[in-house]
Amino acid sequence: MTGINWFKYSAPSAFYPLAVRSVPWFAAIAAVLAAIGLYLGFAVAPTDAQQGEAYRIIFIHVPAAWMSMFIYVVMAGWCALSLVFNTRLSAMMAQALAPTGAWFTFIALWTGAFWGKPTWGTYWAWDARMTSELILLFLYFGYIALRNAIDDPRRADRASALLALVGVVNVPIIYFSVKWWNTLHQGASVSVTAAPTMAKIMLVTMLIMALAAWAYTIAVALKRVQAIILERERNAGWVGALATA
Amino acid sequence: MSAVGDAAERALETAPAASPFGAWQAVAWSLARDLRIAVRTRAELGVQLLFYVIVIMLFPLSVGPEPALLRAIGPGVAWVAALLAVLLSLPRLFAADFADGSLEQMGASAFPLPALITGKVAAHWIATGAPLVLLSPVLALPFGLSGEESAILALGLLLGTGILSLLGAIGAALTLGVRGGGALLALLVLPLSAPVLIFGAGAVDAVRAGLSPWPQFSLLAAGLLLAIVGAPFAASAAVRIALD
Repeated sequence: MTGINWFKYSAPSAFYPLAVRSVPWFAAIAAVLAAIGLYLGFAVAPTDAQQGEAYRIIFIHVPAAWMSMFIYVVMAGWCALSLVFNTRLSAMMAQALAPTGAWFTFIALWTGAFWGKPTWGTYWAWDARMTSELILLFLYFGYIALRNAIDDPRRADRASALLALVGVVNVPIIYFSVKWWNTLHQGASVSVTAAPTMAKIMLVTMLIMALAAWAYTIAVALKRVQAIILERERNAGWVGALATA
Repeated sequence: MSAVGDAAERALETAPAASPFGAWQAVAWSLARDLRIAVRTRAELGVQLLFYVIVIMLFPLSVGPEPALLRAIGPGVAWVAALLAVLLSLPRLFAADFADGSLEQMGASAFPLPALITGKVAAHWIATGAPLVLLSPVLALPFGLSGEESAILALGLLLGTGILSLLGAIGAALTLGVRGGGALLALLVLPLSAPVLIFGAGAVDAVRAGLSPWPQFSLLAAGLLLAIVGAPFAASAAVRIALD
């Protein structure tokens, strides 16, 4: 025995108990980190000299924005695995991640709007990041909608995987096109990058919140994948044994 | 294990196809076939062109006849209308062949499927994209675009509608025989076509700002080359998924 045989867990029946056992751990990590992060963010971190108290929303906004993009890439990675190795579990993981990714994208946009109102004086500016984040939200919606529109789960796996891969090739193109479009149209009227160097406590808090968001994503995805596994493997013997046990 | 077996089997199936049935032959065959179909259903194509004209005409009616405003939004309006017109025509690309089984025959034939799809997309562009390009200078007139701006707009559309047809082919193949196909197709294709819109309309804006439109054209041409290389393979994978 030279360590854990990871391929064992590519079978839903083997992965399911692992997912069941892991969820409480990641949920606990997420809760503890979020509690620390929120305490630091709202009680310890100093008021920003330029933006006042409103800046504190970045402790939610920035981790959400990071996760929204990161989850899409991870999802596309699972999709690539599912297409290459034809593994059901990879597709189920991608399916489980999509709603969380869409939620983080939505939260990033929503908190961004609430931060923008006191800081920029407007809920929405056609800023490059905001516009590409909005397009990312539509990419998530397209992925979820295509999955839901196809009844046969294996066909839905493969079609949505292909869409996610086409999307991930396009995401950088969309980002740079929007960025260039934005500079051409409105110049540097609104600049997010020119913020003063961030206090160390703010940066640490943001990183803690990002780790909390990460642990939350893993916990939620593993919980959701359990439901997906049970639904799709409902005719398998081990699920029946689980139900009678 | 089974995936490897499948791949080997597939390689065996397609290997002999390379010698007697060339890819270019397949492109030419499906191009000629789809063009013949397009000529025979030209009334339908005419309706799509009318859609393009009507969408463009709706903008002055809705935002008002102010010449300065119309001139400002003209290129953007032409691009959005072109995007919608291409979107409207996308279901024709595969749906009929899927319904009557021709697509399945193409998938089973010795010709490489990506080559057959390349021919289909080329025919689709000639039948739907090219007329939009030719019509655009006429439609730019009521928006007060100068001759140079119209030419830039048409050149941008020439490059951009090709990308739209190729990207759209992936979306059309993915939504084959799927519930709510039309609206879903729009949801899949429109976000992905944002860069085309930005560079296409941006070329005219650049000329107005006294800059060269060539960076935009270069990027559009690069996108077109990327789409020509990649999209037929992605679309053919999507068709195979639909045929399973």
